[in-house]
Amino acid sequence: MLEAHDLRKNYGARRAVAGVSLHCEPGAVVGVLGPNGAGKTTTIRMLAGFLKPTAGTVRVKGIDVVAEPARAQRQIGYLPENTPLYDDLTVTEFITFMGALRLGRTPTLVRRVAEVIEACALERVRHQGVQTLSKGYRQRTCLAQALIHDPGVLLLDEPTEGLDPNQKHVVRGMIREMAANKVVLISTHVLEEVDAMCGRVLIINEGRIVADETPAALRARGSRHNVVVLDVRAPVEAVRTALAALPGVARVEGVAPAEGPSRLTLFPEPGAQPTPAALEAIRKQGWVLESVRQEEGDLNEVFRRLTTSEEAA
Amino acid sequence: MWSKMVAIARREWAAYFNSPVAYVFIVIFLVLTGFMTFSVARFYEAGQADLRSFFFWHPWLYLILAPAAAMRAWAEERRSGTIELLFSAGVRPWEAILGKFLASWLFLALALVLTFPMVLTVGYLGRPDYGAIAGGYLGSLLLAGAYLAAGQCTSACTRNQVVSFVLAVVLGLFLLLAGYPPVTDMLSRWAPGWLVAGVAGFSVMPPYDALQRGVIDLRDLVYFASLIGVLLFATERILAARGLGR
Repeated sequence: MLEAHDLRKNYGARRAVAGVSLHCEPGAVVGVLGPNGAGKTTTIRMLAGFLKPTAGTVRVKGIDVVAEPARAQRQIGYLPENTPLYDDLTVTEFITFMGALRLGRTPTLVRRVAEVIEACALERVRHQGVQTLSKGYRQRTCLAQALIHDPGVLLLDEPTEGLDPNQKHVVRGMIREMAANKVVLISTHVLEEVDAMCGRVLIINEGRIVADETPAALRARGSRHNVVVLDVRAPVEAVRTALAALPGVARVEGVAPAEGPSRLTLFPEPGAQPTPAALEAIRKQGWVLESVRQEEGDLNEVFRRLTTSEEAA
Repeated sequence: MWSKMVAIARREWAAYFNSPVAYVFIVIFLVLTGFMTFSVARFYEAGQADLRSFFFWHPWLYLILAPAAAMRAWAEERRSGTIELLFSAGVRPWEAILGKFLASWLFLALALVLTFPMVLTVGYLGRPDYGAIAGGYLGSLLLAGAYLAAGQCTSACTRNQVVSFVLAVVLGLFLLLAGYPPVTDMLSRWAPGWLVAGVAGFSVMPPYDALQRGVIDLRDLVYFASLIGVLLFATERILAARGLGR
């Protein structure tokens, strides 16, 4: 549905995007993540047909975005960074103008304007000037223009940037719903966004994709993925020895705080799941297990590792 | 093609009237044309039933007012980032350029139409040559179009409306003065004849003067049409050079 092949963009001698390829189908929100200046916005602008790539191709439903921008853009809804709007118009006027560009002045336009105003919960501000809108309403107004022609592909550049937690919750809910039957690609530099709505993550660093996975698979790359942390009322060294002997355990670290139970951190071998065996061993010894938790891996750590240039290189 | 151009023209037209720009512009245009005609050019004392003293001032008024009407066109789209909405919504550069240009031209045409009391006045006072008056209005409209196209062009150069305005005034001044006798006289003292003719050929004044006299020559119409066309084409090239509108 949305395919890019070896997209590149140079600004003079500077390479903003250095060979991005991707393929997206409806079903899951694709999150494009990367540090500031990694090339996220430039990539999305090229996908949207706003910027001409230095090299490479983009196709939407098989239509070449570079060769036939106008035809391809019929399939694309685009929310630019910083939600630009025509400040002298009201919400309805703005959506109607953008709709007229997309659909012409047809009866469909009137119907669609009403539909997107409802879908984006803009009824309360529909006659308000765009200039007076809060950030949350600005975002939703701009989202409404991206939806007016019911596109198959939605490209949203930092859709929740600058929103308060309640507004973020609302916008994320709307985006998740839309992913059921559209390709939805969002860019962000906020990691919590990934957990909130993405089914797939592309990490961009220095103009290249350095990871393309599900959030769970990305977490599994963390150094603490599947690490088990146990609090046990028993001498720390005894527990450590018992656990280290179990199959599938790479190593065990133990600390005995001045007060309270011993804390043991169990690092499994790749692919192994030693938790049930560890619990069984503790039960057999008659030790009291106060708590146990298995870590999923830290996205922040994986992100840092992939995007700090000295290690990515 | 046309529906997008019309949608953009309508939006631009509304933008004039959604802000004080339209009202300030029209009032100042009417006050200044009236002042120039009656007080500076002494319309009554001249005792002639024509509008030459009225049309005489238009090139100078447009020199300031047309850049003011055109400076917003692209500079504001680029400053606010709305240009990204426009060029990701399947709009081709020509549709946007023509839409914006036509809206500004129609707007100046409206200001011009509102000077109709001048026509009524000369009609009441004497027996004017209505052909010359029609020619004068046509010339004035074409002149406005040329200045507005220059304004589109300079507006595409920058995100800053003031810079756009100043550049448009300079460009307008060149179009105006290229054929002005003090300039051509000065040039002819040292420059070869073909260069003087070449520079003077750019001027809007000779065709404007001819139209004012009621002489509608096809060559003059072609001159204005090509001047507008070249300036709008330059606008498209300037946008493309900035990677905008492809």
